[in-house]
Amino acid sequence: MVRKRKLGRGVAVVGAGMSKFGMFRDRDSKDLFAEAYLEMLASVDKGVDPHDMDALYLGNFSNDFFVHQSHWGPLVSDLIGLTPKPATRTEGACASSALAFREGVFAIASGFYDMVLVGGVEEMSKRTTEEVAEGLALATVPYEGRAGFTFPGVFGALATAYFKRYGATREHLMDITIKSHHNATLNPKAQLPLSIRDLMRVKIQKAQKKEKPLPQWRDEKEFLSDPRANPPVAWPMHLFDCCPISDGASCMLLVAEEIALNFTNDPLYVIGMGQGSGRGLHACKDLTYFEATRYAAKEAYGMSDLTPDDIQFAEVHDCFSIAELIHMEDLGFFGAGEGFKAVANGETRLDGPKPINTSGGLKCKGHPVGATGISQLYEVWTQLRGKAGKRQVPKKNLRIGAAHNLGGTGGTCTFTILERR
Amino acid sequence: MEVRDFSDISYAQFLKEEKLMGSKCKACKAQYVPPRPICIECHGSKMEWVELKGEGKLAAFTCISVGPPSMIAQGYNRKNPYCSGVVELEKGARVDARIEGVDTLKPETIQMGLPLKAKFLHRQGAEEGETDLVFESA
Repeated sequence: MVRKRKLGRGVAVVGAGMSKFGMFRDRDSKDLFAEAYLEMLASVDKGVDPHDMDALYLGNFSNDFFVHQSHWGPLVSDLIGLTPKPATRTEGACASSALAFREGVFAIASGFYDMVLVGGVEEMSKRTTEEVAEGLALATVPYEGRAGFTFPGVFGALATAYFKRYGATREHLMDITIKSHHNATLNPKAQLPLSIRDLMRVKIQKAQKKEKPLPQWRDEKEFLSDPRANPPVAWPMHLFDCCPISDGASCMLLVAEEIALNFTNDPLYVIGMGQGSGRGLHACKDLTYFEATRYAAKEAYGMSDLTPDDIQFAEVHDCFSIAELIHMEDLGFFGAGEGFKAVANGETRLDGPKPINTSGGLKCKGHPVGATGISQLYEVWTQLRGKAGKRQVPKKNLRIGAAHNLGGTGGTCTFTILERR
Repeated sequence: MEVRDFSDISYAQFLKEEKLMGSKCKACKAQYVPPRPICIECHGSKMEWVELKGEGKLAAFTCISVGPPSMIAQGYNRKNPYCSGVVELEKGARVDARIEGVDTLKPETIQMGLPLKAKFLHRQGAEEGETDLVFESA
């Protein structure tokens, strides 16, 4: 049973920043965090004196492996001039910065601190694809790694179980990919701001230049069904089911609710938080859902007295297309086995009743794993404050948005609900 | 039989001896593969060993074209993908394992529920002495 959770005192978000996501040969983790941090400072409407920040919590999964440097808390604290104040690194695989956000909230809610910087960073692109696959696989459970599973493999296996149970097919996952690519074209910070149509045009132009036979795709799904355009990575996961390898950083400024209006007239309030842990493929209760996501959702809905229908839009952890589908069901947006039908009906599009991953998601915005959790909350911040430009959710009275972050084989899952009052 | 911890190290040792072993809670009879020292159903810690027949069926799988360096070293690549799967054993226990004897270039022909039998692959080279649990079509 989940006891009803509550914070000792309220916590508000008064600033947020995010670097552009991508593969940057000439920029490192510090450069990217500085970009996110400076945007965050500029976003605080009434200004903030950095001397007032009490502490830093920083999510980072494995820069140890990716760039052979660990202990990122003090490195970032020094970068922004926060030393000698405390800096703490959190690690929960791809959910590392969602954990930093939670620690920041708890530190303020307890009364210990009044203002905390939370953030995340990861720098992955200096490694080869195979090395990144190996590095990420450090976050599987050991039996999976021993059996040869990579992360695309884990999610490929979950897809076969889901397909078998509910009758969904690869074509249903393509609807998710097409939507993510569309949304990313409207996000200037996205790593892959190209629609599938754009990509088809580029490939046809290349074939023309080389005077090769022109591909004959009639629509996006024919393109995505063509193994030359969309080769398998870990069947049934193909290239366009998988998020890219990314570098990036994100951060947010949290303050005690009673001082929030000193910084902005338009703060966002943390009204629901949940986190769960899970067991991996061999021991999970069922291969078609994530127990940890369901637990996290239950906690967050209980704390906020909200139901899934109250969430007006959400960022959902779509490291792979099948992950977005399964998690939407675990969060209660759709019934088990119903999500793929809702996607096919366009319900999760930007202009649908339940917009999902308006940022382009991990798939197209990018997935620098340690930065992802807070970058998802950055999208919620941007949407709720009406600053999302061309990808603004076209709903009146946008008030409640949420972000779901996953690490490992569902080993760490979080769900966080923000409110604009 | 000598006393062994209900641990991953014992599990690997048994695989080397070509035995698939799990632990069973003496209090609530819950069964675990690989073995656990603590029952996650009743939280008891009195366990006994059980040997499994190594028969199961395919509950989920993937055919991996882009593997980690260790699999590439074994000759697997885009033209020669390998299959990893989740195998449902007797009494509902599940294990992760490599799956052999299936056409990894035609994954759509691989049937869910396929009956499988365990075999023990003794690995040479860098990790000499390690034995992998592999399942093949029964």
